[in-house]
Amino acid sequence: MELKAKVETRNLNFYYGAKQALKNINIICAENQVTAIIGPSGCGKSTFVRVLNRMNDVIPGTRAEGEIFLDGEDILSPKVDVVELRRRVGMVFQKPNPFPKSIYDNVAYGLRINSLRDRIKVEQLVEKSLREAALWDEVKDRLRENAFTLSGGQQQRLCIARALAVEPEVMLFDEPCSAIDPIATAKIEDLIQKLKQIYTVVIVTHNMQQAARVSDYTAFMMLGELVEFDRTEEIFTNPSQKLTEDYITGRFG
Amino acid sequence: MRKKVIQFIGFFILRGFMYFVLAVLLLFLYDIGRKGGGVISWEFLTAAPRHGMTEGGIFPAIMGTCLVTMVTAFLAIPLGMFSAIYLNEYAKQTRLTRLIRLSIRNLSGVPSIVYGLFGVILFVNILRFGTSILSAGLTLGLLTLPWTITASEEAIKTIPNSYREGALALGATKWQAIRTNVLPYAIPGMLTGTVLGLARAAGETAPIMFTGAAFYLPYLPKSLGDQFMALPYHLYIMATQHHAITQVRPLAYGTALVLIALVLGMNMVAIVIRYRLRRKRRE
Repeated sequence: MELKAKVETRNLNFYYGAKQALKNINIICAENQVTAIIGPSGCGKSTFVRVLNRMNDVIPGTRAEGEIFLDGEDILSPKVDVVELRRRVGMVFQKPNPFPKSIYDNVAYGLRINSLRDRIKVEQLVEKSLREAALWDEVKDRLRENAFTLSGGQQQRLCIARALAVEPEVMLFDEPCSAIDPIATAKIEDLIQKLKQIYTVVIVTHNMQQAARVSDYTAFMMLGELVEFDRTEEIFTNPSQKLTEDYITGRFG
Repeated sequence: MRKKVIQFIGFFILRGFMYFVLAVLLLFLYDIGRKGGGVISWEFLTAAPRHGMTEGGIFPAIMGTCLVTMVTAFLAIPLGMFSAIYLNEYAKQTRLTRLIRLSIRNLSGVPSIVYGLFGVILFVNILRFGTSILSAGLTLGLLTLPWTITASEEAIKTIPNSYREGALALGATKWQAIRTNVLPYAIPGMLTGTVLGLARAAGETAPIMFTGAAFYLPYLPKSLGDQFMALPYHLYIMATQHHAITQVRPLAYGTALVLIALVLGMNMVAIVIRYRLRRKRRE
């Protein structure tokens, strides 16, 4: 099967002030596939996904060089509407960050700020998103309750539902399971497997087993550089770089 | 064992200081209440002063203070909140913004008489508002601004960054993120700080004595351009400038009591507003 490149970075460099966090990164995230980014803390993996929806723009003194193509269009170009880009490229953060609103209003938030006024449409999309995030059955009778009453794992799935509601094309997960328990983690991993049928998924994780379980492609990064990028089976069974092998066998990291 | 003893002593000292402060405050309130409570009556609260302010009430002063505080609120609340939002959310954190912030903090330490003189020059003379409620209210507004800006900024800072990021990641514009996901949660704190600032302004004497407060007016102001009586200034006169100072002493204490009650009332309003908004948010 021929895979289409949904997101492609070319010679991507990224700087926090004078400090270079990404060095010449070339990665292709194929459409309807899960691409995992692994590597030790501080290797730039979170920075990488935050560049893909230009979330790093909000940090003063940051600068990106090179090109990032989303469906062939360079999203680093000054002509790009960042607000529209972020609607197309959804993001789930490391710590679940529900808003202090009801469960329903959390999911509807993105719809409302994108000026969807039709209440029936909003209701349908909220239900669809909660179903996609495998949360509907747990919350359908308590949609008006505050989102903080949910458990950590449920909160994270709520954040996923919230991101799905605005119908993005790409979903970025920035260590989505690092703050939740193993059972909730398993649910989210299942979910990611299902989501890739509709969306292109990029997941940052420091858990190598997780990368092996959920992803089709894996990129291993270290000190801001891309060490190796290949099909996940290749990376985990037959890495071409000594560094990759040392990392996945747990010799450091 | 030793650690526990040290902890016990530490708590004991902290508690002691707290009780000391509380005791001073209560003693102070008790003294004013004892000496001024006797003159409080319906007439005292609703009538104008008579016989060279040796009899009658303080109604014009109560009204004057309320009116002037309203003018202050009209200036200080929007300006303070909007400045805080701009400084915290939009302004780049450069040397200039740091300097501005530092200046704002410093302004809150400027003696109130300096504000009074500034108000005379700017509002009374240059802008020709005359000695009036408007001039005095605006002067007090300037005095309150550093407090309202600082309090509002602190309130905005307590909102986690993840609320902003979460909204931005869903395709919100910066303003949408602030309006729908920061301000609703910051406003209780902003209002509390602002009302506390207003309460402080309501009790100020120096900024209004040159800009609009009158020694004695038997009638109420009819417009914002009129002079007015105010509780703190009235108290000042009764306590230091009156020709029959010992005779009017109870009236002065009564005025002080009313002023304290007014300030306390405003602080209560702030607490109620905050409580209501917080409860509404939790539902």
